Amino acid sequence: MDDATAPSATQATFEFPAEPAAPAPENIRMPQSAKARSKPTQGKKKAAKASGPASAETMAAQQREISVAEFFARNRHLLGFDNKRKALLTSVKEAVDNALDACEEAGVLPEIHLEIRQLSEDRFRMICRDNGPGIVKQQIPNIFGKLLYGSKFHRLKMSRGQQGIGISAAGMYGLLTTGKPVSIVSKTGAKKPAHHYKLAIDTKKNKPDIIEDREVEVPWERGTEIEIEMVAGFNRGRQSVFEYIDQTAIANPHAAFTFKGPTGELMEYPRATEELPRETREIKPHPHGIELGVLMKMLKETRATQVGAFLQQDFSRVSSSVAGQICQKAGITARTWVNTVDPQTAEKLYQALQDTRLRAPSTDCLAPIGAEAILSGLLKGIKAEFYTASTRPPTVYRGNPFQIEVGVAFGGDLGGSSSSDDDDNGSVGKKAKDEPAAARVIRFANRVPLLYQQSACSTYKSVIETKWNNYGLSQARGAIPQAPVVILIHMASVWVPFTSESKEAIADYDEIRKEIKLAIAECGRRLGIYLRRKKRRAHFSQRRDVFHKYIDEVVEACRAMATFNKDEFRRSLVSLAEQATAHADIEFDEHGNMIQPKEQAERTLEHTVIVDREGEPPAGQLGLFATESADTNGGRKKKRAKAAKGKTKKAKSARKR
Amino acid sequence: MAKAKKTAAKKSSKSTKAPAGKRRGKGGPATTDRITDLAQTVVAQAGKGTDPFVDIPIRALSNVDFNRKTRYIEMGDKSQRRNFFNFGQAKRFMQTMLVASKCKDNIERNKTSSIRGIFYQAKHSIKGTKEKTFDTQEECDPVLEDLEVALDSLREELHVYASSRGAMIGELTFVDSGDTIDATRLGSGGYAIPSIVEPSVIQFKKCNAKFVLHVEKDTVWRRFVEDRFWEKHKCILTHGNGQPPRGVRRLLHRMHNELKLPVMVLMDNDPWGYYIYSVIKQGSINLAFESGRMAVPDAKFIGVSSFDYERFGLSDDVKIDLDSNDIKRAKQIMEYPWFAGKKEWEKEIRKMAKNGFKMEVEAMASKHLSFVTEEYTPAKLKDKKSWLD
Ligand SMILES: Nc1ncnc2c1ncn2[C@@H]1O[C@H](COP(=O)(O)OP(=O)(O)OP(=O)(O)O)[C@@H](O)[C@H]1O
Ligand SMILES: [Mg+2]
Repeated sequence: MDDATAPSATQATFEFPAEPAAPAPENIRMPQSAKARSKPTQGKKKAAKASGPASAETMAAQQREISVAEFFARNRHLLGFDNKRKALLTSVKEAVDNALDACEEAGVLPEIHLEIRQLSEDRFRMICRDNGPGIVKQQIPNIFGKLLYGSKFHRLKMSRGQQGIGISAAGMYGLLTTGKPVSIVSKTGAKKPAHHYKLAIDTKKNKPDIIEDREVEVPWERGTEIEIEMVAGFNRGRQSVFEYIDQTAIANPHAAFTFKGPTGELMEYPRATEELPRETREIKPHPHGIELGVLMKMLKETRATQVGAFLQQDFSRVSSSVAGQICQKAGITARTWVNTVDPQTAEKLYQALQDTRLRAPSTDCLAPIGAEAILSGLLKGIKAEFYTASTRPPTVYRGNPFQIEVGVAFGGDLGGSSSSDDDDNGSVGKKAKDEPAAARVIRFANRVPLLYQQSACSTYKSVIETKWNNYGLSQARGAIPQAPVVILIHMASVWVPFTSESKEAIADYDEIRKEIKLAIAECGRRLGIYLRRKKRRAHFSQRRDVFHKYIDEVVEACRAMATFNKDEFRRSLVSLAEQATAHADIEFDEHGNMIQPKEQAERTLEHTVIVDREGEPPAGQLGLFATESADTNGGRKKKRAKAAKGKTKKAKSARKR
Repeated sequence: MAKAKKTAAKKSSKSTKAPAGKRRGKGGPATTDRITDLAQTVVAQAGKGTDPFVDIPIRALSNVDFNRKTRYIEMGDKSQRRNFFNFGQAKRFMQTMLVASKCKDNIERNKTSSIRGIFYQAKHSIKGTKEKTFDTQEECDPVLEDLEVALDSLREELHVYASSRGAMIGELTFVDSGDTIDATRLGSGGYAIPSIVEPSVIQFKKCNAKFVLHVEKDTVWRRFVEDRFWEKHKCILTHGNGQPPRGVRRLLHRMHNELKLPVMVLMDNDPWGYYIYSVIKQGSINLAFESGRMAVPDAKFIGVSSFDYERFGLSDDVKIDLDSNDIKRAKQIMEYPWFAGKKEWEKEIRKMAKNGFKMEVEAMASKHLSFVTEEYTPAKLKDKKSWLD
């Protein structure tokens, strides 16, 4: 793709409602409203003077439209900018999500370079470059300098962004905290010029302010580079940029990332597959589950003139005969003019839509990660001993198709898994292993990691509601399992119902939770089988050990009582021990079922990988998912150097204390 | 140790008189040979590819019979197979072999060991582990008992003695390990009954006693000694500190059979007292295989009976409330085949239940200190009808 038509074709502007009451929950199909150009403040002085009870008049003086930018500037926590560290993470997330969306839409294997530079104690610059289609010159100011401007809101298609707020909000945050404009360089093709913009956002007007606009030379062929300076905080570990990138790499094995952190380290996440996710189709809403308000809005906006045509064109799964049926139920005909449908009729129509049996929405609008890819992502990122993944068939909530995927990794370096409690020289690694580990839930919505608001998320609730004890993990009531396990949950949907604009938690719809739990159960069952097998194997070898342990004692005792060939006696005891434990293995089954040795041997589990980590040295803290590479040498060396560095750091802080 | 040697030498033929018909007959192979056999069998089993095992007669109520002819408890022929290659039995099997080897070692060296000694002899860490062959004495004791029944050998034959508790005093002169002892001249402490009282160790000489009075506890025994009861009533006084150890029971058996002395038993009035009496009389479940040489089927229970409270006009102070355990135990005792069907015993136990209390012999002191020796016991001894059989 040489030109930037794909993303720009549907870019359009739309406004935030005049009444910014409660932030609209999920599915914010915002009703159209008057143009949201905020008017210059009238009567501000008066209002300031006014003290004592307000009158309708004084209040009227204060009543005016609020710019969406102004609203979010004041309520930036709604967009995920509530504190310095989160602000950095959110900005990275918006930039990277957009980059991935753009690349995929243009059919390009994403290659994303992210850099975070520390300018002073709490001032950072984030630079994100992609190899996507680029953005046509005219669109750049609106995309980065105007909130609620995007290509993804008006359609039902699986994508990371959906609201048209993301990147401009990040830019606005940068501007608000540092006064520095956003810098964008975009190039739409090898022979096209690269445009460099510096943009500020006029929050009062929700309009871009072009500070600089020129053509530049760049060493890359195509793509977009964006730079935002902001007041922020940098952290490692949970809820950090690292975690975000790690998890993004898991869910996007087709993407390659490099990440240069503020201390100069370079992390490389090579591409795990050359295959782009399946291209998804944009779909029309399915009549089941839409709201009356949405229907009325659609009636108003449709290009169709007659109700029958409207139903067929603007909805999915409505054929002409079905359209006729629906109209009949609503007491109108397919020929009824759309503009004659009054609110009462609309309500009848709405009811008829809900009451009519329709085919489920088509699901080629969804591109799940896939069980295999989840497995390879987990394998790459987590040193566990057992991995399994499951993808549920697509289904629907509120008319929106969605699909749930779950991956589970257990044991290994996640801790607490070593089965033998034989003598151990108590190495440091071992110690860490023995600490009781709590399960970790990794959440994704349309391949985007969700790092905040875990307990509000439907995924997390599903994990808690799952009876993990059935699968061999310990779990307290109303808690996540207490076990060395990572549970990955992905929801793919044309519209992910987030609990807020900051896209941190998936709303808890029954249909969604049910699907998540089914997927978890599928993985859980496999984990349970694995754990039982493992336990059996442990018992089995434990028995053999017991016999072996006592053989010498018995030989010596007998030797003290009688004369015989000692070696021969020992040999026959050893071979008897082998036989006995082989036998024991068949007999021993957790439910008392007799299991045939062949059958039990390895009744292979679907989409499951088991890694024997016995004897492998425990990995360090770092490099959960990435292979870190030095600028020239391979990654290994650097890693070691890094670990050593970590040690000295620790030593230092210890001295301080 | 010359004494031990003597014991060992004479043992085999004399003391292995099978108490029950099911045991091996007299003149079986010497104990050491039996131990060697045990090991050879195990080796042979392994050689044939069979899981080595030892059959151990079961020492439980389920495997004892009350022989109405001999009137003592005999061990049945049920036994339990202890396999090496059975996860739950492997350690026990190893322990059994270990204890057997230690016993053989002791016999060959002519040493006699206490059960504590055997425990320490057999206890060590298993090579390459932190595990011990034995952790506690309690773990070792049943293994030794298993071995006794499995080898059909007595404890003494395995050169093991139990701790001795129990004492004797009274109208008897005897020889213990060559020393002549006049049991009328033992001061207030009396003679501590050893655990091995076989004829090879103890020989009776002169006996002026007309009967043996066995009391339950040391404290009661001391009352009788201080009041020189044995002198006034021409008897031998013994106690076994609760459940009497083997030595005491064996000695009672010998005195009854060899000196033809009736054995009278004075116990506390509680289910435990009844049980101890029955052990003296019919043998114990655990050591049923030794009943034949320890039981005194003619022993009589002279008290304390549940009817004595009223009969002797005892005060309320002697009462100790029965608890639920006592009642459970009493019911159990009533169902033992050697109690079942005995009308008098049934009445006795019912009476205790009806009373709702139990009494200790010491409680007689509430009348006056020597009431038990001066009035109660003489009265009971005279009144044959009040005895329980
Ligand atoms: N790197 C990029 N390359 C190409 N087009 C981009 C890029 N970044 C953003 N865009 C375009 O700009 C639009 C606005 O992006 P923005 O992040 O503000 O909103 P969004 O991604 O649509 O929704 P959300 O608010 O959920 O992130 C996008 O819809 C997309 O069309
Ligand atoms: Mg976006």
